[in-house]
Amino acid sequence: MSTPYAKLPAWADYGLIPLINLFVAFVVAGFVVLLVGENPLRAAVILVEGAFGKGTGIAFTLFYATTFIFTGLSVAVAAHCGLFNIGTEGQAYIAGLGIAIVCLSFDSTLPWWLTFPLAIIAAAAVGALWALIPAYLQAKRGSHIVITTIMFNFIAASIMVYLLVGPLKPAASQAPQTRNFLAGAELPKLNWIIELFGAKIRSAPLNVTFLLALVMAFLVWLLIWRTKLGYEMRTYGHSPKAARYAGISETRIIIPAMMISGGLAGMMALNPVMGDQHNVAIDFVSGAGFVGIAVALMGRLHPVGIVLAAILFGMLYQGGAELAFEMPAISRDMIVIIQGLVILFAGALEHMFRPYIQALFASFSPRSVGMEAVKGKGA
Amino acid sequence: MAQAAIELIGINKSFGAVRANRDINLEIGRGTIHGIVGENGAGKSTLMSILYGFYQADSGEIRVGGQPASIKTPNDAIALGIGMVHQHFMLVDNFTVLENVILGAESDALLKKSIAKARSELERLEREYGLEVDPDAIIEELPVGLQQRVEILKALYRGAEILILDEPTGVLTPAEADHLFRILGQLKDQGKTVVLITHKLREIMAITDTVSVMRQGTMVATRETAKTTVEELAELMVGRRVLLRVEKGEAAAGGVKLAVKNLTVKDTRGVTMVDDISFDIRAGEIVGIAGVAGNGQSELLEAISGIRRAVSGSVMLDGKPIDLTGAADPGELRDRGLAHVPEDRHHVGLVLAFEENENSILGYHDDPRYLRGPFLNIDAIRNDARDRIAKYDIRPADCRLKTANFSGGNQQKIVLAREMEQDPGVLIVGQPTRGVDVGAIEFIHKRLIAMRDQGKAVLVVSVELDEIRSLSDRILVMFAGRIVGERGPEATEGELGLLMAGIEHQEAAL
Repeated sequence: MSTPYAKLPAWADYGLIPLINLFVAFVVAGFVVLLVGENPLRAAVILVEGAFGKGTGIAFTLFYATTFIFTGLSVAVAAHCGLFNIGTEGQAYIAGLGIAIVCLSFDSTLPWWLTFPLAIIAAAAVGALWALIPAYLQAKRGSHIVITTIMFNFIAASIMVYLLVGPLKPAASQAPQTRNFLAGAELPKLNWIIELFGAKIRSAPLNVTFLLALVMAFLVWLLIWRTKLGYEMRTYGHSPKAARYAGISETRIIIPAMMISGGLAGMMALNPVMGDQHNVAIDFVSGAGFVGIAVALMGRLHPVGIVLAAILFGMLYQGGAELAFEMPAISRDMIVIIQGLVILFAGALEHMFRPYIQALFASFSPRSVGMEAVKGKGA
Repeated sequence: MAQAAIELIGINKSFGAVRANRDINLEIGRGTIHGIVGENGAGKSTLMSILYGFYQADSGEIRVGGQPASIKTPNDAIALGIGMVHQHFMLVDNFTVLENVILGAESDALLKKSIAKARSELERLEREYGLEVDPDAIIEELPVGLQQRVEILKALYRGAEILILDEPTGVLTPAEADHLFRILGQLKDQGKTVVLITHKLREIMAITDTVSVMRQGTMVATRETAKTTVEELAELMVGRRVLLRVEKGEAAAGGVKLAVKNLTVKDTRGVTMVDDISFDIRAGEIVGIAGVAGNGQSELLEAISGIRRAVSGSVMLDGKPIDLTGAADPGELRDRGLAHVPEDRHHVGLVLAFEENENSILGYHDDPRYLRGPFLNIDAIRNDARDRIAKYDIRPADCRLKTANFSGGNQQKIVLAREMEQDPGVLIVGQPTRGVDVGAIEFIHKRLIAMRDQGKAVLVVSVELDEIRSLSDRILVMFAGRIVGERGPEATEGELGLLMAGIEHQEAAL
């Protein structure tokens, strides 16, 4: 009478269950579309075609996905250490300051491939430092990281507003943003990759940060599952008591984990700032940090899952924009409802269908759920 | 045997693919004490949970008093006169005895009437069965033995004719257990039926009329207690012959390895849990600490292993001091040759969500053997894990399996293998065989004795008096944070039991 829930084969655990959850989310979303008097099937077609139908759509989807990969990884790194970093939003926002300083200083003198590494370092460093204060307070004073990171989101927002309407704003401008960067701080687009496959792209912001995001996903995997630091983080995340027993110091683990998390959040800012807008504007993060929480949960805190979940949310953003354009009855708010349903079913209600699927698997073949293997025969 | 109080016919129950109960047939005679024994995971608790309405059988029939019964919820069971006393008490700590007894069985919307009614009923029950408890005492202020009595009263108050007790003596001193058995005897004399679930065979022999043995979900035998032996029952439980008593030679104790002087430890609430304790452990001996759970043993272990900071006192390891009141760290102590098998393997000794091989380096993950720069040396870790799986016969033999999927005995072996294979000078072990099946107990005891014979100093803390007596070369008894006596392994259970109950300690204080 150990665990009533049997283990599922990995493909069902990581593939089938998320797909079922997603499917149910779309069915319920379909009813909502029906409620406002539109055809849900047509809406689904528009959404998917808008995201993946044309080259431009794909490029936009991947552009949004890039942002979500960074914030998703940020949340996941902290979560592996048992810390709920709600501050991704603020860490990304304040990192815009680091990027602005690098870009405004060097965009006239250095080529992009020199500005970019400097900006990466600046973004990661500012994001990490912004996470350091809540981390220190948690490790040394026991202040709850959820509360402090939320507060730091507000502080970050206030500082950025002050800077963008004051010191960072060009004197003659009315807009609360920095001056536009010169070519030395504009990142090259990646649209040509999609065009290789024969798709046509009018103009889309997909840029080299996407590749940086994939590299970071790999590095996060390496960190969590292949390094001593990652091992200690996971131990602490699963059981602080076991960490204490193993001689892992709380301070020496919380602070680096949160700084890495903050650094990843900071790198998110590179994508919209250097890859798309070429300036730092007010509210350029616009909720991506919070979407990162959903992405991390849906991706089961695993980098591969996070990349896939980020693409899904990229699709919802891009396809949703098309949908709002094509179907006037469906407003932007409706898109938020659909996104909310995906989060609800794939995140909060993740385990709803699990027992039924397990029972199904068990009735077909007990061995596939590993029951014979785990029945230890004593000794 | 008179008419059957309960008949279970062809009960089957599966959890996913695990068949917890297979085709169980059981008849429990009215007015008898019936024991059910079996290893952990044999399906005893599942069977009783079906009888009490927590689970429903997939197939099979339950008859109570000869009538087919449908038991879907505990309320159905209570209505049929079945009461259950759980291993972990289901009491509201800050309520009085009376309030706990009527909880869920209030006879009126206003408490005043219910309480008055319950009070007279409770007095009658107490008189009838010798279950004296002050009805106005607050639960958390009562010793566990009395709390258990409240659980029994609760069941009787609800009109239980059949009483199921799940591992009732786990938290009791020997004296309290004896008292419980007298109460059960009285209940039987009054015509009640008692079902006793336990893994302690001596209790079965002492008190039951009939005994049923379960193994891997099936009912392997039912015997009249008078016509069976402990050895036969143990063999039926495990399916092979087991050694109940560890064989060991004389200890060849050497020099002092660990010296504890005037150690005082407080818990997180600031209550003194370890009070000015001093003792030595020498190389080549096993020192056992006996005591009822909660008398400071846990805090003592945590302090010596560096997990919990001590308030005062000193500890010398190999003649060199450890700063337990300041900067001592479990990692540093490990480096100095002090290995620790913690009491709580689920939350402290292991990370259940980890793969087996990841747990095999917990605490030793700083070892250069397992590292390549900042990276883990996965090959080295898994090779070591595989070696230990073979050496300690850990099953299933799969170092990539999640630790949660191993049985209790195998989990404990994972911890023991990790700590013993470091070749420590001092090994401290908390509850070496808690939640471990009989077969693995034998193996673990042999390993501990082997450590001793290699000249290691071993400290064992256990609430199982039998274990302490069979393993230890010297026995220290803890009561209320102090060591109240030291005895040799020849000490009788009665003698140790008195010490554990603090009897001598109280006399000394007078």
